[in-house]
Parts: sequence; C-alpha cells; structure tokens
Amino acid sequence: MTTPLVSEFDGCGAGSSGQQAVRPAFLPVYLLLGVAFGFVLSRSEVLSWFRIQEMFRFQSFRMYGIIGSAIVTAALSVALIKRAGLKAASGEKISIPRKELGNGIRYAAGGTIFGLGWALTGACPGPLFALIGNGVTVMIVAVVSALLGTWLYGKLRPSLPH
Amino acid sequence: MTSWLTAEWPWYVAGPLIGLFVPALLIAGNKVFGISSNLRHLCAAIAPGKVEFFRYDWQRAGLWNLIFLTGVLIGGFLAFHSSAVHDVAISAATRNSLAALGIHDFHGAAPREIFTWHALLTLRGFLSVVVGGFLGGFGTAYAGGCTSGHAISGLANLELPSLIAVFGFFAGGLAATYFILPVVLGGV
Repeated sequence: MTTPLVSEFDGCGAGSSGQQAVRPAFLPVYLLLGVAFGFVLSRSEVLSWFRIQEMFRFQSFRMYGIIGSAIVTAALSVALIKRAGLKAASGEKISIPRKELGNGIRYAAGGTIFGLGWALTGACPGPLFALIGNGVTVMIVAVVSALLGTWLYGKLRPSLPH
Repeated sequence: MTSWLTAEWPWYVAGPLIGLFVPALLIAGNKVFGISSNLRHLCAAIAPGKVEFFRYDWQRAGLWNLIFLTGVLIGGFLAFHSSAVHDVAISAATRNSLAALGIHDFHGAAPREIFTWHALLTLRGFLSVVVGGFLGGFGTAYAGGCTSGHAISGLANLELPSLIAVFGFFAGGLAATYFILPVVLGGV
C-alpha cells in the first residue's frame, strides 16, 4: 500500500479538493454554515437515538425521506454546478475528486464496522457533536473513543486490505 | 414567535436542507462536505506520532472543516435552547419495540438509561458510548467517509465506492440493531 499524499487526500469522508489553504476571511463562512448544519440536525431530529432506532427497525419513512431527499437535492446541485462550470467564491474552479475503488474491501468492511457503531451509539459523527451541544455531554466520551478508533486505523492502515 | 423555527421539521424540509450543504460548501470554497475527516485532522493535530496517515498539514487540509464542526456544536446548542419540543415523536411501533428492550425514558434526543455520565459505568452505557464510538471512528476512517461523506456527498457525485460503503453502513446497523442491542440492553 502506498502511503497517502496530502494531494490525494481521501482520509475520512472528504477533504479539500483544492490545494489552496483557506483565506482567513472565509473562515467565518464555514463557522456559520456549521451552525446552520447543527441547527438542521437538531430540528430534523436526525441526531436522535430514537430516530435511528426507528429507521433501522423500518418503523417510519421519516429518516429514509430525509436521507433520500438530501441525496437527490445534493445530486441535482452537483450536476448543475458541473454543467455550469462554476467557480467557488474563493476563486478556485469547483471540482470533486473521484474516490478510488481499489478492490472495494475498505468500503464494504469499513462501512460495516461504521454501521455497527452508528446503531450502537445511535449517532454518526456530525450528530455526535450536535448532541454535545444539545446537552448530551457524555457524547464527549464517544468522540474521544472515535478519535482512538481513527488513530488505530491510521496505525494499522499499512496492513489492512484496501 | 414563529413556531416553525422551534418545532420539529418534516422530512421534506429537513432532507433538502441537509442536501444543500453540499453545494454551499462547494460554492464557498470548493470544499467537499464530510464530517468525519475531522477525526483524522484532530488525530493529526493532537497525536500524529510516527503514523504516516496523520503526517500532513492538517491546518491547510482541514482547518475550514474543524471550524465547520465547531459551528455544528454551537448550532446544536442554539437549537436545543430554542426548542419547543422535548420528546421525539417516534412511532408507536418503535416505542413498543424499545419498551420491550427495557427503554422507558423517551425524553430528549437519547434515552437517559444509556446516555448519561452515570450510565457510562454500566455495561450498556459503556458498549453504546465507548465501544460504539470506537467502531464508528475506526469504520469511518477505514471506509474513507461516514454518512455525510459517503451517503450524501459520495452518492450525490454518483460514486460506486460510496454505494458499497452505504450498503455496509446499513448491514452493520441492522446487525447491531437486531443482534447486538437486544443483548446490550438486556440488563437495563
């Protein structure tokens, strides 16, 4: 396995597709977007352990409606942005790096391990932080634990199939 | 007071709003929406050690995202303190299923029988918070993304790897829900 370059930054989720560091003037924009996202996660109740249980038990359409309509909205937006060849406000041309398939094992195995954690904790990483804001402060421990998990992956990465 | 701001939002409002964070971040600075890369950035910032995976310029790659994440925490706080809703209105079927597992506290976002500092010292609290968090952190790093990076950003960009990952998310989630949680919660 080759070691990751920052330029093929594919770590967890996503990263910066451009190589430019963010200019400080733009940082408040990301803060505000984050505040909005935390608010939406709360009002949508996506952060609720109860809603996650309801989803995995197929007892309500709600979570499927939320995730499905989020994907459709995002996909239409991405298609429009690509077609229009838009530039970002920061000046870069918008481009989304493709994920490398490899043998696919990392996605199947990593995804399944993540799913076990998702159902056990009843929250994925974004909601985990929003929950701390919602007063479920014990989730600080879940975050520390998730950091240990990510760190162990980094350590074992050279010997894991990808 | 506008009540829509303090009440639970229907799925057809919440879903599209979540989806709009993808174009918003692209348009703001060509950034790809994905929360869990922050776990990697935090490892790189706090304890990179000699691990190649954490040896990169985390500020350059991820400062924007860590700031976004700080916002998520603040947004959760603001939403909580302006909320008119204190119980999540889950279906009666879910209520019954969970009651059968011994969950009786339906207040707030997560049951206090599991998610309090006190319950952390019980087996169910430890497994849900510590073990669950660890598996989530390991899995998202291995898969290269979580629900935001794969299920939303990845599928929106029509990526096959993300589709495989999302199948994995549900396979793991269903296995935990039907085979592990009943054992974990057995002692509530």
